[in-house]
Amino acid sequence: MPEISIKAEPLFKIAGFPVTNSLFTSFIVFLLFLLLGIIYSKQAKVKKKSKLVLFVNFLLKTIYQLFESILKEKTVIFFPVFGAFFLYILLNNWFGLLPGIGSLLINRSPIFRGNNADLNATISLAIIAFILIQANGIRYLGGKGYLKKFFNISNPINFFVGILETISEFSKIISFSFRLFGNIFAGEVLITIIAFLIPVLVTFPFLILEVFVGLIQALVFSMLSAVFLNVAISHH
Amino acid sequence: MSSEAAKFLATALAIGLGALGPGIGIGIIGGKAAEAIGRNPEAQGAVQTNMILAIAFAEAVAIYALVVSLIIKFV
Repeated sequence: MPEISIKAEPLFKIAGFPVTNSLFTSFIVFLLFLLLGIIYSKQAKVKKKSKLVLFVNFLLKTIYQLFESILKEKTVIFFPVFGAFFLYILLNNWFGLLPGIGSLLINRSPIFRGNNADLNATISLAIIAFILIQANGIRYLGGKGYLKKFFNISNPINFFVGILETISEFSKIISFSFRLFGNIFAGEVLITIIAFLIPVLVTFPFLILEVFVGLIQALVFSMLSAVFLNVAISHH
Repeated sequence: MSSEAAKFLATALAIGLGALGPGIGIGIIGGKAAEAIGRNPEAQGAVQTNMILAIAFAEAVAIYALVVSLIIKFV
């Protein structure tokens, strides 16, 4: 029976801080992302664009159009953040499916582990999205104007609606983090168990499902935060 | 009933019952989206985007149930 643990296992310590296998994997994905960005920016300056530049341009344009349907004219301001959310979560999800991630062991725990299968990573992404939404709500509506959405004492009904709105804002952190964590971790567990039961060939359709789920979850995280941002910025 | 047996039962029930509601919900969302596209094929882009968003919301509830069952089994 393969060992599955919800907590990520620590590999080594840096100055007393334990570095877990999922944090280590996220370092690798971050370096890959950085490398991709550097190569793209070097090749984009040349007159005759290489295939990589054209492909990345096409990808970014598609994602931009997706966010344009939600954010309309403010897309220009917020696209860097939401595009970064989308690409970072997507790369992390897909990196966790490569061969060797989760199967190479060092004293009975994997060396690599997909980053979003760790609750710490998804909670931190959710908190970043939450702070982004609240700060921009205050920036666009002013402190008092924004607080009026939650503390509306004109009416007893509006007062209760305000309390519900406050609770729903905080529950967004939980829902963002658990949606991403649940999908990716459950996918990992599924593939591990199936590979344990029937080691030959049967994991193939589940890997395709996980590729699809990784894409959808990245999409949903970024689009949902864009939608909530839109609601927080707009008047009334 | 031993605690081991109760744990197994809890794990199975948590995800089994937790997937009922979202399953029905996603079916309804998909059906309404298909209906909307059928009535107005030009709005396909907008309808599809909203459908994916709504399905993600509904599926998240099933994922909460799955996380509870995984926690019962592995912690």
